[in-house]
Amino acid sequence: MSRIYVKYLALMGLFLIANGVNAIEFNQVLSDKSSISFVYKQMNVPIDGKFKKFVAQINFDPAKPEAAQAKFDIDLTSIDTGFSESDEEVTGKDWFNAKAFPTAKFVSTGVKSLGANRFEVQGKLTIKGKTLPVSVPFTFKPDATAALFDGSLTIKRLDYAIGEGEWADVSTVANEIQIKFHIVGASAPAKK
Amino acid sequence: MNQTLQRYTRTAIGLHWWIALLIFIAFPLGLYMHDLPLSPYKLKLYSWHKWIGVTVFMLVILRIFWRTTHTPPALPDSLPKWQKLASQITHFLLYVLIVAVPLSGWLMSSAKGVQTVWFGVLPIPDLIGKDKSLGNLLMVVHKSLNFSLLALVVIHTLAAIKHHFIDKDNILRRMLPFHFGEKS
Repeated sequence: MSRIYVKYLALMGLFLIANGVNAIEFNQVLSDKSSISFVYKQMNVPIDGKFKKFVAQINFDPAKPEAAQAKFDIDLTSIDTGFSESDEEVTGKDWFNAKAFPTAKFVSTGVKSLGANRFEVQGKLTIKGKTLPVSVPFTFKPDATAALFDGSLTIKRLDYAIGEGEWADVSTVANEIQIKFHIVGASAPAKK
Repeated sequence: MNQTLQRYTRTAIGLHWWIALLIFIAFPLGLYMHDLPLSPYKLKLYSWHKWIGVTVFMLVILRIFWRTTHTPPALPDSLPKWQKLASQITHFLLYVLIVAVPLSGWLMSSAKGVQTVWFGVLPIPDLIGKDKSLGNLLMVVHKSLNFSLLALVVIHTLAAIKHHFIDKDNILRRMLPFHFGEKS
């Protein structure tokens, strides 16, 4: 028991040293360059939408993906479905019920490497008071000062009761919603 | 009637009445669906309206091809010259509008960010990108073209009725399907 513990401590120490020496940790999100968008299908027609307001926090060092963290808070009232009539509808009671549940949240529980700058983040996605586990593959593209994180996941809207009543009919608005994110991360200079 | 009835070809008659039927469905549908509150029903109607529009567009292309390769039966010699001219102008404008109305709807849909997928299966390419103000402009264009088409259809129909019931000539009979009125 204690030997394992010592090993663990030694390893942690190594990580800390490594961190001080060469790691670039991306822990800032450039909100104005980042985006969270989605594709929904209406009568089998794919239509693009996006969320104009969200807060993203990340902590990602490609050398230690398992230590990475991500947290997203999406302001559901900032939705842009492409149609003001639809924006109004989807913030309403049958859809997001944004009065009672104004934000959607994602909190990571773990990140693993899939090789070749590809990773997968596991986490919990909370929408409309319902929390479900999701795993999202993403790519990581670093350059000198910033890094691009791109990924997408497809959720089933009915799992979160998004679109109740007459809207529960998935032949008009499909159950599957593809959520895409493009996050530009930077490393805070103060931390170095 | 001494002379034998010179009819349009079966293809021309078929295309005329199919397009007429589809327009008579799509036009009121467009007026009705526009003011509905958002619902799955409304979204369905919009799609159906667009599917009909695409169908009309395809049929009218075929029809114009047919019209340019087949001379229609001549108008009776007894017809005054101004009526012949009026008929030519009206028919020409009808063709223009039957092309322009679905075309403007198709462009409007693209500008509004909704691709048209014919019968939910065949995606029709977007000729223009998403552009909100252009989309709103095209909506006005689509509406104006439709009311122009309505005006022409009224003229066209009244003229056909007048020729059939008042002048009692063969003009309408040439276009009637199923050999209606052949034995008169």
